[in-house]
Amino acid sequence: MPNAASSHAPDLDRLIAWAMIDVGVAFVLAQLLLAALIWKSREKSTSTSWPRTVRIAVVVSVLFISLELFSAATLGRRAWGSMFSSASTASTVRAQVMGQQFAYYFRYPGPDGQFGPIHVDKIDPSIGNYFGLDGRNDVASRDDVVSASLVLPVNQPVELMLNSQDVIHSFYVRELRVQQDMVPGMQIPVRFTPTRVGKYEIACTQLCGLGHYRMRAYVEVVSQNDFHKWMQEHER
Amino acid sequence: MSPEIQLRAAQQTKGFLRTYIFSTDHKIIGLQYFFLSLFAVLAGMALSWLMRINVAWSGVRIFGLELVSPTGAPGGVMTPEYYLSLMTLHGTIMIFFVLTLAPQNAFGNYLLPLQIGAKETAFPVLNMLSFWTTLLAFLVLLASFFVKDGPPISGWTAYPPMSAVGNDAGPGLGTGQNLWLISIGLLCIASVTSSINFMVTFIDMRCQGMSLLRAPLTCWAWFITSILSLLSFAVLLAAVVLLFLDRNAGTSFFVPANLLVSGKIVPHSGGSPLLWQHLFWFFGHPEVYITILPGFGIVSHVLACFSRKSILGYRLILGCMLAIGFLSFVVWGHHMFVSGMSPFSGFLFSIPTIIISFPSMIITLLWLGTLWGGRLQFNTAMMFCLGFISTFVAGGLGGILLAHPAVDSYLHATYFVVGHFHMVMGVSAVFAIFAAIYFWYPKMFGRMLNERLGQVHFGLTFLGVYCIFMPMHLLGMTGNPRRYAILSDDFLIGLIPLHRFITIAALITGAVQVLFLVNLFWSMYKGEQASLNPWNATSLEWTTSSPPLNGNSSELPVVNHGAYEYGPASSGRDFVMQSDPAGMKEIE
Repeated sequence: MPNAASSHAPDLDRLIAWAMIDVGVAFVLAQLLLAALIWKSREKSTSTSWPRTVRIAVVVSVLFISLELFSAATLGRRAWGSMFSSASTASTVRAQVMGQQFAYYFRYPGPDGQFGPIHVDKIDPSIGNYFGLDGRNDVASRDDVVSASLVLPVNQPVELMLNSQDVIHSFYVRELRVQQDMVPGMQIPVRFTPTRVGKYEIACTQLCGLGHYRMRAYVEVVSQNDFHKWMQEHER
Repeated sequence: MSPEIQLRAAQQTKGFLRTYIFSTDHKIIGLQYFFLSLFAVLAGMALSWLMRINVAWSGVRIFGLELVSPTGAPGGVMTPEYYLSLMTLHGTIMIFFVLTLAPQNAFGNYLLPLQIGAKETAFPVLNMLSFWTTLLAFLVLLASFFVKDGPPISGWTAYPPMSAVGNDAGPGLGTGQNLWLISIGLLCIASVTSSINFMVTFIDMRCQGMSLLRAPLTCWAWFITSILSLLSFAVLLAAVVLLFLDRNAGTSFFVPANLLVSGKIVPHSGGSPLLWQHLFWFFGHPEVYITILPGFGIVSHVLACFSRKSILGYRLILGCMLAIGFLSFVVWGHHMFVSGMSPFSGFLFSIPTIIISFPSMIITLLWLGTLWGGRLQFNTAMMFCLGFISTFVAGGLGGILLAHPAVDSYLHATYFVVGHFHMVMGVSAVFAIFAAIYFWYPKMFGRMLNERLGQVHFGLTFLGVYCIFMPMHLLGMTGNPRRYAILSDDFLIGLIPLHRFITIAALITGAVQVLFLVNLFWSMYKGEQASLNPWNATSLEWTTSSPPLNGNSSELPVVNHGAYEYGPASSGRDFVMQSDPAGMKEIE
């Protein structure tokens, strides 16, 4: 797995490591037991049954499933929870992510903190109007920052609103341990805090058409200073 | 005239067409399903080779492919959209026309009436219609290769809006997608009617003495599977009809407002893409168990025979299969952890998903307990059962990892999932089918398969599937998304060597299946003549001639024993057949 770069990732990685160990041990034990039984049968022993096996099968299963449920309720709940628990606050960096066949576009609300409304009939990639903004009539749209790559400050909470304009896409960043489908007609929030400066690939993981394999963008996690600099350059 | 000769005479007067083509005989229908799924699995496997070659050596010229599809593979080089077409057809053929048909409809049809001592299924004509509807569904699906844009590129899951808005979203999503929907709709109808036949046959047609708890576990598995089929295919049928209406009648069940596809505003509003996913997976998860439960029955049955021991915990296995059947209807949300569904639902769905592995685990341990102290006979059928246990454990444990929504949020839609489900519902289910073929071939064709060829076939296949599907788990852990026609970015290019290894393993494992095909067809004519009960098995099908005559046996059998009475008996044999006279008790 690529090195983690978000605040909830350690919880998730711990869960994965634990689950790999416990499932791995069960896998090895089961295969060994199977092999041992096959090996043992070569002795042509005539002992035909072991009446307690039924009880043992049930007890072992109960123990194993209890262990799984316990880890789901502790490590699992914690990892899953840490992906959703953070509420958005004043310091949260907010951005919209729009998927279309086969590209991602990003939008920040600008100084007014408001996203201008989307007009589907005004979407025109040829003039760079990926979100269908109408700056002439919508005040909130005028300072929106639209970009083809996602730039985020390190160590600051982020809230992305995912949407798609045509078919279902997905937003998958391995290092951030984030995967979320982008469904047309829905605004789906994703919250995380990047913890490591770097440039990470955003890959589409939901089959979206002939260009699915090449649908990607990049998220650049930069220092807070660089982020403000970038933002100022892009604000009109 | 003896009754048997009368039966033979009756068979002959019906004529070739009524006897072998439009037959109402459950055995002929079973064979028809068998050969249909055999053809389908070869087609599906060929598609997977083409896909694997394209992933590992993208841009390579595949000799002759341009003749198959001049537009999909100009100059023999596959386009990304053609890759997705092949992928859609691979998944659809394998799941709907191989894994659904072979374990249930082929072997269930052939053996259920024989094993419960019935002369026929309850509704022979309905049974025949089910098969012909299934065949029609398959032909409609194949027809999508011959329409202008080719087969759909939306995968076997056909998620809208992509599958709902027509050609603007991509090639094959016009006529090809319509044909796909018609094909699956027909298959749903066939599955529902055939499952009604199975259920009534099992409940109503058992011979005298065949109480429910004397029925072989195979029969129970086919019965439980038919309940799952009835309930889940009915829901898929509804979903397919709604999607067809969205596409062709202007309705908006699955298409939301304000879609802009290829620069055109889609004139729909008010639908929900997630609704399709709920309906599809409400079918889709029971479907997993439709493919694997007959395997549970087959493995239990064959394992007991070749361990020369009564199956351990008959009632417990039965209870576990019923529990799995029930639970399979309440876990569908685990396919949707990252779909945009509420995270609370995600957490709730993960609980039954973990719990459903409880009955599966008990059954697996009971199989191991059956092996314990048994006098194992390593026939090919037995080897495939042992292989089933091994691969089922491997695939099933991967499922426990994916049951955690947080883990799934990293592994979802990666090769980990591909490796997992191929291992558990692909390989395991196919191993059960192989076990069934090697075990019941003498019954179906009157001759034995070549054991040595069978053992080699098993050994190489067993090694092969581990080489193919275990590395896929690794690819998924590194974050390799599935359904990519070409691995083109810096991150994935580094993984290409492993992909090449998988492709080579897949080609070799595929080639090994030639051994099986040779064995299958050669033995039909040249195989050693099968004796009446070649495996010294207990169940009723071995009391009839091989292959059984029309009407199965001249008189209905009477059952006096349970299905798995193996072990030293007063008769001097180490088994008691179900139809043996009462009082032939096992010594132990």
